[in-house]
Amino acid sequence: MGRYLLSLKRFWATALAGQLEYQANMLIDLLAMVGSLAGSIFVLSLFFGQGRELGGWSWEAALVVQGIYTFLDGVSSTWLRPNLSAIVTHVREGTLDFVLLKPIDSQFWVSLRIMAPAGLPEIGLGLVLIVWAASRAGASLSLGTSLVAVLMLFVGGVILYALWFVIAATSIWFVKTWNATEVLRAVLASGRFPVSAYPPTLRLVFTLVLPVAFLTTVPAEVILGRAAMPMLVLGLFLAVLFFLGSRAFWLFALRYYTSASS
Amino acid sequence: MIEVEQLSKTYQVADKTPGFVGTFNHFFRRKTRDVQAVRDVSFTIERGEMVGFLGANGAGKTTTLKMLCGLIHPSAGKVHVAGYLPQRRQAAFLKQITLVMGQKQQLIWDLPPLDSLSVNAAVYGIGEKEARYRINELAEMLEIGEELTRPVRKLSLGQRMKAELLAALLHRPSVLFLDEPTLGLDVNAQARVRSFLADYNRRTGATVLLTSHYMADITALCSRVLLIHQGELIHDGALDALAASLSPFRQVRLELNSSASPEDFVGYGELEALDDRAVRLLVSRSELTVVVARLLANFDVLDLEVNDPPIDELIGSLFRKGRVV
Repeated sequence: MGRYLLSLKRFWATALAGQLEYQANMLIDLLAMVGSLAGSIFVLSLFFGQGRELGGWSWEAALVVQGIYTFLDGVSSTWLRPNLSAIVTHVREGTLDFVLLKPIDSQFWVSLRIMAPAGLPEIGLGLVLIVWAASRAGASLSLGTSLVAVLMLFVGGVILYALWFVIAATSIWFVKTWNATEVLRAVLASGRFPVSAYPPTLRLVFTLVLPVAFLTTVPAEVILGRAAMPMLVLGLFLAVLFFLGSRAFWLFALRYYTSASS
Repeated sequence: MIEVEQLSKTYQVADKTPGFVGTFNHFFRRKTRDVQAVRDVSFTIERGEMVGFLGANGAGKTTTLKMLCGLIHPSAGKVHVAGYLPQRRQAAFLKQITLVMGQKQQLIWDLPPLDSLSVNAAVYGIGEKEARYRINELAEMLEIGEELTRPVRKLSLGQRMKAELLAALLHRPSVLFLDEPTLGLDVNAQARVRSFLADYNRRTGATVLLTSHYMADITALCSRVLLIHQGELIHDGALDALAASLSPFRQVRLELNSSASPEDFVGYGELEALDDRAVRLLVSRSELTVVVARLLANFDVLDLEVNDPPIDELIGSLFRKGRVV
């Protein structure tokens, strides 16, 4: 285990150093993030302009969802997007060979090799927004609630990762045609608003097929003290299922890669 | 150290005829056929041997190498490397081998090689002090120093290859698979990589399997060669035996002051190419000096160059003539 931790430390240290080579890029990423957050808060404020409610959510409560969305978007900018789009490059350029020949788990490597620090401020901003909006919404955060909230945030992150990873892994078959990562970004974007703001059919899809509900709405419900126990259990179950699924899919894809690549 | 028994690899390839109709058919009724990239190859390599692996492009060299390091599953046959079944890619096996590919790189492009080396050290579980010791040792053998602290993108191809070798050897593998490690390097850099490999082999007793397009790599390093053609192993033995039968000719390139016609070169050797004033001749080794002297005497020569023909051409001409070793 120590080897994996040290590897992770070196992975991220080198990734950080690599990106600091391009200061202008970092600045642009930061500006883009601030712009995107301002944009979505503006959209939200339009919805709530005259004190209206959105799917039974008040303005402050919906801001908690927005905060969680910002947090998860930060996580995906920091880890998911850079790593999982690198899989496509690895396959196209054949450098996946180098990864497969390292005595370390290949899913670990391709999932966590890179860390893009430009996403970190977004994570911080998301957390600030969550705490601020929760207190405005009158949520009382006990230690227990906080722990469950963190757990559910983690559940959301795992689900998002697993979905994204499976799509990225399909690049082993569809080498060039598939820039998969943008698809999941769009799915995540639908989590900007509480699931109950969507029509009933979509709500069902977002709960069971593409579990967007567990990315943002459920953690928000936990924070606001209105979560239903069955949803938490279902979320936990789905996270484990999706993670194991991503693992199985990766091993399957590798079997294909190693028997077909030249 | 390496045992290969009746190894075969078959790929399924989808054929597609050009044009829209071809694309349509390709999409709905894909016709596949089997291509045998490697068939029935058997050989054994002892610990510490340096073996050259020759063959034209597409002969099956890389496919074989990839089966040996476990990147591709064989369709049939048996492979054992260092006592392991490569395709399982167990950590203990991976720590014993390395693969260097001349046309692919593992170093991080924007950072100095030392950063990539620190990642490799962590992944292979090499302690910091030990890693530093090994880096110094290898850097000395490779004759690189301050290049290790310069971003990889600012290194020359030769410097980059040395750094690649360092990264590939940090974990002290006992089996080295080198796929055209001198590709694209200038003559000096090629020579340095070669002498390093010889040195490394001598010091560590590592087993080396090397493919190259440059005959000089093979002649300098390998006393034994495997020649593969269309997936079949057709020569396994001493280099001398192969070189004599493969390359009884040397290539003479001439640049003349005035244009010449093919008839002018009757009696000098085999005319390979003639483009106005640029001439390429294949001249038998034994007559080389005589022929060169006659060429210089009888033509107005601006420039003259004598080379070994590239391996691919040698092998190509060998097979065109139907003389299989």
